[in-house]
Amino acid sequence: MKQLAQRMTLAGWFSLAGILLVLGVAIFAPWLVTNDPMETDPLRRLAKLEGFPLGCDQLGQCVYSRLIYGARLSLIIGFASRLTALLIGLAVGLTAGYFGGWLDWLLMRFVDMFLAFPSLLLSIAVSMVLGSGIGTVIFALAVVGWAEMARIIRSAALELRSAEYVIAARTLGASHLRIILTHILPNCLPLITVIFTMGMATAVLSEASLSFLGLGVDPSLPTWGGMVAAAKDYMLRRPYLVVYPGACIAFLVVVFNVFGDELRDILDPSRKGQW
Amino acid sequence: MLEFTLRRIVATIPVLLGILIVAFTVLYLIPGDPAQTLAGPRADPETLARIRSEMGLDQPLFTRFASYLRRVAQGDLGDSVVTGRPVLESLAEKLPFTLKLALLAMMFSVVIGVLMGIISAITQGKWLDRLCTVFSVAGISIPVFLSGLVFLYVFAVRLKWFPSSGFLAGNSLLPFVLPAFTLGIRSAAFLARIVRSSMIEVLNHDFIRTARAKGLSRSRILFRHGLVNALVPVITVIGLDLSSYLNGSVIVETIFDLPGIGRFAMDAILQRDYPIIQGVVLLGAFIFIMVNLAIDLFYAWINPKIRDEMMGKSTG
Repeated sequence: MKQLAQRMTLAGWFSLAGILLVLGVAIFAPWLVTNDPMETDPLRRLAKLEGFPLGCDQLGQCVYSRLIYGARLSLIIGFASRLTALLIGLAVGLTAGYFGGWLDWLLMRFVDMFLAFPSLLLSIAVSMVLGSGIGTVIFALAVVGWAEMARIIRSAALELRSAEYVIAARTLGASHLRIILTHILPNCLPLITVIFTMGMATAVLSEASLSFLGLGVDPSLPTWGGMVAAAKDYMLRRPYLVVYPGACIAFLVVVFNVFGDELRDILDPSRKGQW
Repeated sequence: MLEFTLRRIVATIPVLLGILIVAFTVLYLIPGDPAQTLAGPRADPETLARIRSEMGLDQPLFTRFASYLRRVAQGDLGDSVVTGRPVLESLAEKLPFTLKLALLAMMFSVVIGVLMGIISAITQGKWLDRLCTVFSVAGISIPVFLSGLVFLYVFAVRLKWFPSSGFLAGNSLLPFVLPAFTLGIRSAAFLARIVRSSMIEVLNHDFIRTARAKGLSRSRILFRHGLVNALVPVITVIGLDLSSYLNGSVIVETIFDLPGIGRFAMDAILQRDYPIIQGVVLLGAFIFIMVNLAIDLFYAWINPKIRDEMMGKSTG
């Protein structure tokens, strides 16, 4: 941890600050908003009024308050979907990489299959099957996200299984489960941190895309992607209605990407400058 | 090489089969009874039963999957629930638009991405490199629907350089330029990073030093030795981009009003036209598998060392 802090560059610190900023906004949203983000009023349509810092949208909702609550949904959906994807990816990747052989072959063909599907379309199909809702979006994003994680974790586990301490543990009679949990998994942690952070960027972007297409959570809920979609018909008169939520998405994705890069450079220097 | 090619082709079969199983299962899991949908809400039980047996819905699951496989193998992807048109026919009609979009996007991506990557690699650590890095991080992070809307607003609505919406008849490429640019700069941002890092890696090799010691010119070293050897990861990225454009086309074709596969899929989604969605998903997966196959074969062809490695992997 100390080593991490010492080797972090300025860009790394800025991106970490950015992540914490959005996290803070999401946590303290109820105290930061000026209005109820769901309250519509046809009289306030597209208006600029006192007490509405960024004006009102096409339904008369407070843009600023919706942006604040949007941070919550983005982070919750991004985090939960990545966590689900990670758990599946760990189970599949560690099993395939550690045991190898036909099990590895079988599991990796399964992974190949999921990598082959066009991700956006697959998550759309999944959310259609399950019906709309936050849980659905989380699951739909996890379905398309786990395969990549499994693939990366598998190749790390494949390398570790022939490490001397693993062979030593086997000779001493340790069970497979014990070796995976006490030797393989802890050594994969830096890698997991990196792919999780970078994955957050992808998840936030995918959630925004789903919401933009109207296939994410309930459109009345304040999501950044949904706000862009709703505002695009008023873009000519009120370009800022598109720009504000768009900039929020871009900001959150940038900070996760930059921080992920930074973590990778520090934790896994052999891959510096790569994805 | 022949053995490798055959092996690689055979290896795609289980993946293709798995994809068909998933596609079939998703359609099977979709809530609602297809027979009920077809017969309407007021159909009596006898009619429902007749339709079920006509559609084969009363058969065991495995039999249904087998007949589904047979139909797909014959190129029958089912008919649209809404219009009744064969899905494959509609896909074939829409594909040229998306293909045009994808190829144009790829052109933007390769030109901008490779150029930016090279500039970054040779000015490593200097301000120009930093600038390229900022551009590529931004390009990766800005959602396609946002950049699409901004380009639409700036170049089509304000500057009026391009048609803003509505597809022009004829063979003009003009309506494709903005959407292709939107997709292209995103993959260019990815590509620039890959080109940069693999160029830097290659330029540190001994043979580059030898070439320099021989007195070869800087640009000759850069292109003859540097870029050619950095090509392998670059080809992968370009190939993967090609199949990711189908995803992007859903958003971009919706924004720019192009009648391609993405727009077609989006319309089908809004109308809950499942056979079409299934068809598009299958098409996407099929393209991905074929592109990967082509990339692997290309690698094996240019570098026998990679071929042996892959053979070792596929047997072990």
